[in-house]
This record gives sequence, structure tokens and C-alpha cells, in this order.
Amino acid sequence: MADTMQFDLVSPERKLASGQAVSVLIPGADGDLTAMPDHAPVVTTLRPGILVVEMEGETQEFAVTGGFAQVTAEGATVLADEALPKAEVATELLEDRISAATAARDGAEGAALDDAAKRLADLEALRDALA
Amino acid sequence: MPNLKDLKTRIDSVKSTRKITQAMQMVAAAKLRRAEEAAGAARPYAEQFHAVMAGLAGSVGEGGPKLLAGTGSDQTHLLVVMTSERGLCGGFNTNIVKLAKAKAEELKAAGKTVKFLTVGKKGREQLRREYADDLLGHVDLSEVKNIGYTNAQDVASDVLARFDGGEFDVATIFYSKFESVISQVPTATQIIPASFEEAEGDAASTVFDYEPGEEEILRELLPRGVATQIFSALLENGASEQGARMSAMDNATRNAGDMIEKLTIQFNRTRQAVITNELIEIISGAEAL
Repeated sequence: MADTMQFDLVSPERKLASGQAVSVLIPGADGDLTAMPDHAPVVTTLRPGILVVEMEGETQEFAVTGGFAQVTAEGATVLADEALPKAEVATELLEDRISAATAARDGAEGAALDDAAKRLADLEALRDALA
Repeated sequence: MPNLKDLKTRIDSVKSTRKITQAMQMVAAAKLRRAEEAAGAARPYAEQFHAVMAGLAGSVGEGGPKLLAGTGSDQTHLLVVMTSERGLCGGFNTNIVKLAKAKAEELKAAGKTVKFLTVGKKGREQLRREYADDLLGHVDLSEVKNIGYTNAQDVASDVLARFDGGEFDVATIFYSKFESVISQVPTATQIIPASFEEAEGDAASTVFDYEPGEEEILRELLPRGVATQIFSALLENGASEQGARMSAMDNATRNAGDMIEKLTIQFNRTRQAVITNELIEIISGAEAL
């Protein structure tokens, strides 16, 4: 079994991380999952949360606000809508997203309401985790 | 005979024009570098996205969501024409509009309905003359300094809302692909229904687990795919615009230089003629005494 796998974290605007990773903790929409080398192929959507990568002997943490991830036996690729290293996350940015999500929830109904409420809850959880 | 003072004024005015075009060229060069960097930074995401979608689309096959399979008709076409907010960039905007117009005429000849959505002021101005009734809407980016993903998302959500509202069946974006400073290629890409070429090799044959489910993922990703394509088109366009402006301003600077040279020669000749005239007057005056 290989010890490491190729890991890429990209957002539409830039490439945040790329390299050989030992494990990646992905905040999946249906629950966290940890990808390690030789993981079964999975495609999952992300919820707002923290992504933890163990790479080149150190642990890096990134905050993501959504997106999706593809995991194969050889590697994991995370395509985030917005991603920042945990240390660089500005609270204002997150508050912005939270107020946008609150507005979305108040305007939604039916199934969309559940989705919007979940997103809001996830965002608030992310804020609390960062605080 | 042109007056010496007039000539001098003209030379001065062309000189200041040259200064302006030279400055614009340098600004465009600096902006081009940044635009190219932005386009380069966005490329990995677009590529990865495409690879994932190709696999996903292949495994869903027929009967997928409308964004992928289409509405079953291709009667109404939406042409999203992306141009710049500012002029003075050579044939950049005209070329994009020309391509869009050609496509529109072709579709109209085939009996289809054509609607336009414009991004950027310049294309709107040109299209308004002929297709005033078909212009659906306009996205204004003149206040935006650096194009971000959110701008693309705004355009995408506008397009998607119209699609969900049944306003059109097929959407195509028109933009200029950046190849080099001297070559920008106007390009048309169909974004709805989305088409993803099958990834070659083993990527397509891997069987993935989908979380939550294939359908849900597709429903989430397809709108994102539209935004991603619009985003990379906007970035390509940004780089193309600066490239086009750079070469247009380079030409303008050179033309101004030529003009200054010609005017200077004319100025010198005229001055010489005046001196000769004065001499003749003095000499003939002296001889008359």
C-alpha cells in the first residue's frame, strides 16, 4: 500500500495546496470522511467546514464554504467554492456568508428551506470552530 | 501655406497624444500580466472540474437533469455575449460581436428564436443597433476592478434563473480566447445543455460512490459548471482585452510617431520658406536703394 497520495485543493480563483498527503479529512455534506491512500473512489459534495490535511510531515487546515471532492485510490482532489488557510479566514467574510445564508433561508420554503437552514447551521458551526 | 504657429500646435498635440497612448500601452501591459496570472490560477480548477464532470456525466447517461440533457427542444437560443467595458482596444469587441451576429443570423435563417444577454457595455452598444428587441438583459461589470468568481456566479445565476423560467433552450457564450498579445480568437462555447467530452483513459471507467447521490451531486454541480465556464471565459476575455489594447496602443503610438515626423518636416520646410522669403525681401529692398 502506498504511504501517500496526490492531494490537490483548488478554488476557482487559485490553487491552494498540492502535494503528497498521508490523509485528508473532508467535511462531506453527509458527514466527515477521511481519505487515505487506496480509498474507494468517492465523489462527495462539501458542507462549510474545516478540511484537515496531513501533508509532508505537517498538518494543514483550510476553511471551505462548499464545493465538492473527488477521491480515488491514487489521490484526493478538493474543488472548493471558497477556501482559505484557516489562519487567513477573516471573520467579516464569514459573517457575510452567514447573513447571505440567513437571507436565503428566510426566502426559501419546502425542501429548499431545509437545505438553506442546513447551510446556515454549518456556516455557524464553522464560525464557532474558528473562534 | 500653413501657418507656422498652427503647425507647431499640431505637432504638440500629436506629441501629447503619443504620450497618452504610450502610457495606456504600458498600463495594458501591466494589467495583461495580472490578467494572465488570474487566468492561469483558475485553470487547475476548471480542468479538475471538467474531469470530474466528464466521469459523472458519462455514468448518468440519458435522462439526466435538464441542464445536461437539454429541454428536448432547441427552438430558443440564448447568446451570452461577453465584451469589455472600455473601448480603445482595437477590433476586440467588434470581433466578438461579429461572431455572435453571424451565429444569430444562422439561427434565425433556420427559423430559431434568438435572444441576447450582454456582459460588458461595448458589446451591448453594438448589438443594440440591430437586435434591440432581442436583448434580454445586461450584466454591468464596469464597477468591477478584478473579476472574481462571485461575478461569474452572478452572471451564471442570471442565466440559470432564465433557464429555469423556460426562457430559452440552448445557451452559448461568446468571448475571446487569449492566445498571445497579437492573437485573440473569438470563440463560441455552448454551456447549456452542458457537454463534457469523455475523459480518455481510466478516469471514465472508474466506478465512483456518490455522496449524497448521483442525482443530487449532478444537481449541485451543473449550475456550478455553468459558473465555472463563465468564469474562465471572463478571465480569458480580460486577458484578451488587455492584449488587444496593448497592440492597438502600440500601433497608435507608432502612428503618432510617423505623424510627428511628417509634421516636423513640413514645419521645417515652411520655416525655411519664410526665411528665404524674408531674405529675398531684404536683398531686393537693398538693391532698390
